[in-house]
Amino acid sequence: MTEPLLRVNAIETFYGPIQAIRGVSIEVAPRQMVTVLGANGAGKTTVLRTISGVLNPERGQIVFEGRDIANMAPDQVMRMGICHVPEGRETFPFLTVRENLMMGAYTRRDPAGVVADLELCYTYFPRLQERQDQRAGLLSGGEQQMLAISRALMGKPKLLLLDEPSLGLSPLLVQQIFGIIRRINEEQGVAILLVEQNAHIALKTADYGYVLEVGRVVIEDQCAMLIHRDDIKEFYLGQKEAGVRGQRRWKRKREWN
Amino acid sequence: MEDAARLLQLVVNGAAAGCIYGLIALGFVLIYKATEMVNFAQGDIMMLGGFVAYSLIAHYGLNYWVGALLAIAITAAFGFALDAVILRRVIGQPQFAVVMLTLGLGFIFRAGAGIGWGYDSVGFNTPFTNKTATIGQLVLGQDNLSIIVGTVLLCGVLYVFFSKTRLGVAMQASSQNQLAAYYMGIPVRTVFSLIWAISAGVAAVAGILLSPVSMIDVNMGFLGIKAFAAAVIGGFGSIPGSLVGGVVVGIVEQLAGYYLPAGFQEVTSNVVLLAMLILRPQGLFAELSGKRV
Repeated sequence: MTEPLLRVNAIETFYGPIQAIRGVSIEVAPRQMVTVLGANGAGKTTVLRTISGVLNPERGQIVFEGRDIANMAPDQVMRMGICHVPEGRETFPFLTVRENLMMGAYTRRDPAGVVADLELCYTYFPRLQERQDQRAGLLSGGEQQMLAISRALMGKPKLLLLDEPSLGLSPLLVQQIFGIIRRINEEQGVAILLVEQNAHIALKTADYGYVLEVGRVVIEDQCAMLIHRDDIKEFYLGQKEAGVRGQRRWKRKREWN
Repeated sequence: MEDAARLLQLVVNGAAAGCIYGLIALGFVLIYKATEMVNFAQGDIMMLGGFVAYSLIAHYGLNYWVGALLAIAITAAFGFALDAVILRRVIGQPQFAVVMLTLGLGFIFRAGAGIGWGYDSVGFNTPFTNKTATIGQLVLGQDNLSIIVGTVLLCGVLYVFFSKTRLGVAMQASSQNQLAAYYMGIPVRTVFSLIWAISAGVAAVAGILLSPVSMIDVNMGFLGIKAFAAAVIGGFGSIPGSLVGGVVVGIVEQLAGYYLPAGFQEVTSNVVLLAMLILRPQGLFAELSGKRV
């Protein structure tokens, strides 16, 4: 077992008096793609925000490449090599697409590498090149998501945090974007921690998965195993075994309870 | 013909006064866009900039240009420190706290300037004092022309800075989306303090440009009230708007002073402001955009 790139160890995070995360441990190995699933309010986004330094955990460690980053400010965490694609895109609406991308490379001092990465982003998302001189606020939701992912890539991350990239997109576009996320992971060797509500596509795309419920990890396994578990199918993939009238969903219990 | 020349002269003088309003308004807008704070001490920072320039030039005998640049730099550093030490702490507090704090700071600055420099009006010699330029039938004061030229040059520099340099674009980005700017590794707090520094520096420029026209005194900061009207007319949040708003207020004021009975001049900026709020409440240059999902 090699030392993981990121080790989140039993973190507990509070919003004021409310405890949102109750001891979550997650590991991401180099080049690995890990997903965290869970319903609304399970604490998925909070985990990512704690890792990227927007929130500080009350207890627990976050170790990235051997250094504890739990109490660092978000701009310092980014400089360590963790880029965050926040929920809801959060682009800079009055800057052009190109300026948005260049802001992603704000901390870099290698102009040649930045230009090369800009080209790389345009090959992954040709739509962005077509619209490079438009203001980001005028893009469609899907294009803004492409922009947010590309902007994070411009920071040359070792670990990419993706928060609900499927939010508000058409099923076809979700397929496309997840295909590109997988390619980025494989071709660029970037480790990815993906938070998703769309469990189906997340489990098909990622290597390893965690399921979060009310601030706790209730189950973790290889995605290939998770996708075949009956309880995951029932509660996260919405599948029922056809024709088995005796086993209605309310009679079934989650196996982890 | 004579009437046309007089009108033109009034317009130029008004535009010069308006440029000063516009520069102060620019300071309001820069800070408001970045931190959503309204800095009511902006006019008083202009006053401090003027006094610093007075000390350097009249007292220590520095060359006008050297003294002016040094005064701008000192005032900018003061603006940076003001944010880093005091105002950063009230981000996220209710607007009212910010209003009270900056109003209070304005009082402190006025009192401090009174103690340090006295309550008398002072002035210093500039290359533009009491000189005129004659263009055809027009006789224009070089002091007024220097204000207009100085404002245009400053705006050019700021435009290039904000649209072409990495730091300038990062300032725009931090104003538009603070959280995302953090995620990009931009040190947002320092960037905000730098925006305060720019606002204070711009105010110092206004104070220095104004000094040949009207003397520097402790209460010159009350110009900030008219500048506030200018900022609102421009659509509070728009940088070109604040300058256009300033020039509108300045010209209307001059014309009212000449054509209307005495006393009207003082209220015209507020009349323009009220008319604007009734007819086009979003201002001349409102930037509107909904968030898309």
